[in-house]
Amino acid sequence: MTKAYFEILRSGINTTLQDEGRLHQYHIGISFSGAMDKRNYLISNYLVGNKSNPASIEFAYQGPLLKLKFGKVSAAIAGNVIFNIIRNNSTIEEGVCYQTFNLNPDDQVDIISTSRSVYGYFSVQKGLMGDYFWGSCSVNTKAKIGSNEGEKFSINQKIYLNQSENKFNLKKINYLNSKIEFIRVIKGTNFNYFSDLGHETFFSNEFVVSKLTDRMGMRLEGPKIKNIVDTNIRSEGLVKGVVQVPADGNPIIMLSDHGTIGGYPKIGVVISADYDKLVQLTPGTKIKFKSIELSEAENLFKIYNLETQNILNQI
Amino acid sequence: MIKNILNLGDAALYCDFGVEVNKEINSNVIKYFKNLQKYKIPGITNITPSYNKLIISFDLTEINYEKLKEKVLGIKLEKFDQEIKKIIKVPICVDDEFSFDLNKLSEKLNLSFEKILESFFNKEYFCYMTGFIAGMPFLGDLDQSIRLKRLETPRVKVPKGSLGITEQFCNIYTYESPGGWNIIGNTPIKVFDKFSQINPTKINPGDNVMFYKINKSEYLNWND
Repeated sequence: MTKAYFEILRSGINTTLQDEGRLHQYHIGISFSGAMDKRNYLISNYLVGNKSNPASIEFAYQGPLLKLKFGKVSAAIAGNVIFNIIRNNSTIEEGVCYQTFNLNPDDQVDIISTSRSVYGYFSVQKGLMGDYFWGSCSVNTKAKIGSNEGEKFSINQKIYLNQSENKFNLKKINYLNSKIEFIRVIKGTNFNYFSDLGHETFFSNEFVVSKLTDRMGMRLEGPKIKNIVDTNIRSEGLVKGVVQVPADGNPIIMLSDHGTIGGYPKIGVVISADYDKLVQLTPGTKIKFKSIELSEAENLFKIYNLETQNILNQI
Repeated sequence: MIKNILNLGDAALYCDFGVEVNKEINSNVIKYFKNLQKYKIPGITNITPSYNKLIISFDLTEINYEKLKEKVLGIKLEKFDQEIKKIIKVPICVDDEFSFDLNKLSEKLNLSFEKILESFFNKEYFCYMTGFIAGMPFLGDLDQSIRLKRLETPRVKVPKGSLGITEQFCNIYTYESPGGWNIIGNTPIKVFDKFSQINPTKINPGDNVMFYKINKSEYLNWND
């Protein structure tokens, strides 16, 4: 039997293979990577019965147009995504997120765009075939690591499936991606590098997500945050969610593909519970920061994690 | 040896070893790093050493700040064999094609090319940390006479293999990348190899590095 694969008829803007991410390599300069919005990645995989760190297609804004060659597969899309299924007899079905659909040879999935969000996930039963580096197939385009030689997918490429034939199983859940009013942060280790006025600027004004935002970082524009100590620190480790303020006073939030060390003062760190929602904010969105304590952040994460588990348990 | 531990957000410990940047403080950072790697405390997802800090990231579903802090402070530090001093030799070509900033350096420092290169090649360097981009080593310390600041406007693209200097440090660009260090040469060797899963980095924190000059034809014919 010929192995089943998807042929890429249109690549989309930023289409990569991602899983849960790469651990234990920050010290050699390799960031975490992995699905940006972990909750939606997990939902798309649970729908098709995948539980152990499978490879999914992550897309941003405009997604890919994929044609299944050979095989039969059960698939699902999670996120706020507009897509169609173009059957091999040319009939077009409107796609529904959070619900499995079957694909037969020469059926196409046309992922038109994400709606009022950035990332979406396309998963198939048993996952897609990836190239593994340090236990993860996640693509990191900066270090050229992971599947597809660490690059975004491009037209005419093939993405192979781990299993060519699988039984269709209808599964669906009701899920609504909620918006957040505030991005909650814990004060950073260089909080005192900024004046009282700088603190007030950071916590009481709106910032706009800039177009220069990608998997590495989110750049914000707004009132400049005034530094009173030094606009540089000794280079040191970074983590996801760190908000750095370089000399120009515009904050940058570190996202999943961030450089592992940096030399700008850290005014805050986005709490873990808000990360999945943060990455979905589109350029032009206005956001506000709110300061909370560590204990509250830990509780909010517990709640967020329980919610995720409850959603997955419903499937 | 850890002066202070703070939280960096809700899923990382920020261990401060002091304000200075020197070999002694950095050796302490590396000692903790190696011990933590060996102990494998459940929940830790990354350990990032730098000049004088150690950041320990963890999975908040498995452990939290207070519990991990207690565990880190409670580990019994073991000495790692420092008797075998590892010296890594790295060939550098300083042909005009590779040493874009040598002219400017010579002007700013008021030293001849020969003097700058002599000072540079005469010293052994210590690896404080690796990172920023995969496998990039941060080495020091440069001779006082050749220390200067970063470029005023960073380059959009620094070629792979470039050797950069700034302040008391030098580094090697393992990938083509943006960067603001003063470039004085280029190495043909592979400093980072993603296909070597166990030992991808040629130069690791705590290692010592000696650079030596090669000519253009040696560079072009280099077989790593």
